Amino acid sequence: MSFLINLALGLLFGVGLLVSGMSDPAKVLNFLDLAGTWDASLAFVMGGAVLVAFVGYRLVLARGEPIAGDRFHLPTRNDIDARILAGPALFGIGWGLGGFCPGPALTALGLGATGTLAFIPAMILGMWAARLLGEGSASPRTV
Amino acid sequence: MTGFTPLASLIGGMMIGLSAVLLMLWEGRIAGISGIAGRLLPPYRDSAFLSRFGFVIGLVTAPIAMIAVGDVEVSQTVSSNIPLMLGAGLLVGFGSVWGNGCTSGHGVCGLSRLSTRSFVATGIFMTTAIITVFLIRHVIGA
Repeated sequence: MSFLINLALGLLFGVGLLVSGMSDPAKVLNFLDLAGTWDASLAFVMGGAVLVAFVGYRLVLARGEPIAGDRFHLPTRNDIDARILAGPALFGIGWGLGGFCPGPALTALGLGATGTLAFIPAMILGMWAARLLGEGSASPRTV
Repeated sequence: MTGFTPLASLIGGMMIGLSAVLLMLWEGRIAGISGIAGRLLPPYRDSAFLSRFGFVIGLVTAPIAMIAVGDVEVSQTVSSNIPLMLGAGLLVGFGSVWGNGCTSGHGVCGLSRLSTRSFVATGIFMTTAIITVFLIRHVIGA
């Protein structure tokens, strides 16, 4: 049951990425190109998503517990450590190089572009390396 | 050039937000793609593997479903520079898991929860991404 619900939610998330234009690296790179062919569209993606989640999370969290889980798994950390600085810095460089972040890259997999087929295995390898390295550090995984 | 699409982008963004809210309602988890995808690999710390697998299958099949259901055009212009895309993939994968989140986990879910760490993370990845694009397009001139 949870598999099917998650499949439906992944589908909704993916269709949202496609409808919004976020899944198109050309649009992402133009959004990031403030000094050139700037396309402000993706500010509306983040605006729309944060608006719905800001209100929706408050309504949902007021329930006290989720429908199918034992509790809400919410990150509780507030400290700024080296990992919260270095991780996003590296991620941003990669995002600016390829125009893909993890969600949009996964929606592109089925379309089979050469660049995507190079990006996805490298991304998975990077994720795994970070997890295995992270096991040794004191920083707990919160998200 | 890509066309300015504020309405489609807003609607798509709201669908992303709705998916995140419903995932929290259903099983109380954050819709962070790097966290979901990164935990499909061992070691396994909880029993949510099938849920995460389902979410990723949904993401991957989304364009196929859209093309099958509607007469929509799915447009993705991906660079075919293999070394560039390999490097980009490594950095995105490593950085997003090392920093506990990506555009979805920090940028959408974290900002909505007014998380300090997510505001810091989002500010940093937006900055390094903008600098990277500036260097490539306007300094190196690729």
